[in-house]
Amino acid sequence: MFSGFMINAWQVGTIVAIVAGVVGFVVVLRGDVFAAHAVPNGAFAGAAGASVVGLSPLLGLGVFALIAALGIGVLRRFGQRDATTALVLVLSLATGSALLSQSTQYASSTYALLFGEILGVSSAHLIPLLALGATCVGAVALRWRALLLSAVTPDIASARGLRQGRLDAGFLVIVALATTMTVPVVGALLVFSLMVGPPAAARLLVSRPGRAMGLATLLSLVVLWSALVAAYETNWPVGFFVSTGSTLVYLVARRISQHGTE
Amino acid sequence: MGWFFASGLFTSPPVQVALVIGAVAATVSAVVGVLAMVRGLAFAGHALTDVAATGGSGAVLVGASPLGGFLGGALVGAGAIALAGHGPQQRRDVATGIVLSAATGLSALFLYLDATTNATTGVTQRVLFGSLFSASSSTVPVAIELGAATLLLTAVIARPLVLSSLSRELARARGIPVGVVSGVFLVTLAMAVGLSALTIGSLLSTALLVGPAAAAVRVTTRMSYALVIASGIGIVSTWLGITLAYDSYNWMPHHQSLPVSFFVVVDVVVAYGLCSLVAARRARGRRV
Repeated sequence: MFSGFMINAWQVGTIVAIVAGVVGFVVVLRGDVFAAHAVPNGAFAGAAGASVVGLSPLLGLGVFALIAALGIGVLRRFGQRDATTALVLVLSLATGSALLSQSTQYASSTYALLFGEILGVSSAHLIPLLALGATCVGAVALRWRALLLSAVTPDIASARGLRQGRLDAGFLVIVALATTMTVPVVGALLVFSLMVGPPAAARLLVSRPGRAMGLATLLSLVVLWSALVAAYETNWPVGFFVSTGSTLVYLVARRISQHGTE
Repeated sequence: MGWFFASGLFTSPPVQVALVIGAVAATVSAVVGVLAMVRGLAFAGHALTDVAATGGSGAVLVGASPLGGFLGGALVGAGAIALAGHGPQQRRDVATGIVLSAATGLSALFLYLDATTNATTGVTQRVLFGSLFSASSSTVPVAIELGAATLLLTAVIARPLVLSSLSRELARARGIPVGVVSGVFLVTLAMAVGLSALTIGSLLSTALLVGPAAAAVRVTTRMSYALVIASGIGIVSTWLGITLAYDSYNWMPHHQSLPVSFFVVVDVVVAYGLCSLVAARRARGRRV
């Protein structure tokens, strides 16, 4: 369990869990859950498309994630927040499916991109992952107060001269970066699980933002590590265990917080 | 018009089935979608398509009927969202997200098991993107019946639903059971989504649920107009998409047709863009 490729999996998984915990906490706080689902899915289409036309999937992933994030960020300022997010999502998925249809063989890499291939990560991924992860966490730390203020009291934030639209789009770019690094590892569908389950649980348990974010990171580490162990033991897809773990953590937190208020 | 309606378009059985099923799914999605827009349920509507697909892949795994799987999945998902997501929009979004994430995890497992036990490749792509042309003619009567039932249920709850969306207090005062009505609507949403996820795929299901409705709501505030406009956009987008996909066989260098869902989505997005332009122009006119 601690030899060869599993060492890489532990290292990479740890980085991914920390980034997902930090970025996911802000996602939940700002109510950007739908966008956090749409960006990885849109990005997946880009990766699939890039692999069909012979480009690096990571490049396609990054470009599509950025386009989707900026598209959502810009369009939703004109109203109908959820609807525009949904339209950006279906448009990027449709483009991906059009590109995939031009490939003559069934792209088996598609499956890996959707559900992750954490056990197939090579050590060459480690440095770029660390760099991207540090950028995401650093960016959140840098704009921490502004992000909190505009999430909790948007009116006061505006009154203080904060440019909400720019902050909004900027944060979505952070989500896009986090997506680009995490999708090849845990898969497009499950980045989302880590970004929502543990942070939402932490929010229920702790009210101070700094501590809640710490707890969110801790919980997402626990979820990812146990998922790795379970996937190693059973050979089932790691994504299944990640999402089940995230859901369980959330349900337990809900239980505890309801007991607290009674 | 021969260049546009390529030869064999209307005589090919898969195309005929696609035209009928596409129109049914588009109409039902548009009608339910307008109400979903009014209630801010776009995310839930999208999440339910994925949950339905989970049910579908589970059904494939145990050899049960896919229709039951899709419908069952959507209904269970709707129940979970309704139970967990009381209160403000943000809280409901988180609950929807949790349900969605649990469902995609299960999907991952089911598809993995499907692929290893039945050696059925392509399930992933079919479940995600769907294909109108692969719908079989035996699904036509089921789709029509289910669609009619959904529309009927919608018609029954439409008025109390709209009233309770606009003002909970007023609806309560009038003796409308607000909780029951919103629960029934989630069931309707689940039926619409289950139907379209099965027949046209979960990608198109979201597009047809959200796109035409969002476009219609931009250009009119009257419910009846919105319903008509949304259905119109939905049906036209679907039929145009089918025609273009059929024609694309002749455009592409290697005769690899582009998928129907791609064209339908592009049509829907263009329609949304046009309606937004109209709305923006009107708003400017009013200001001047």
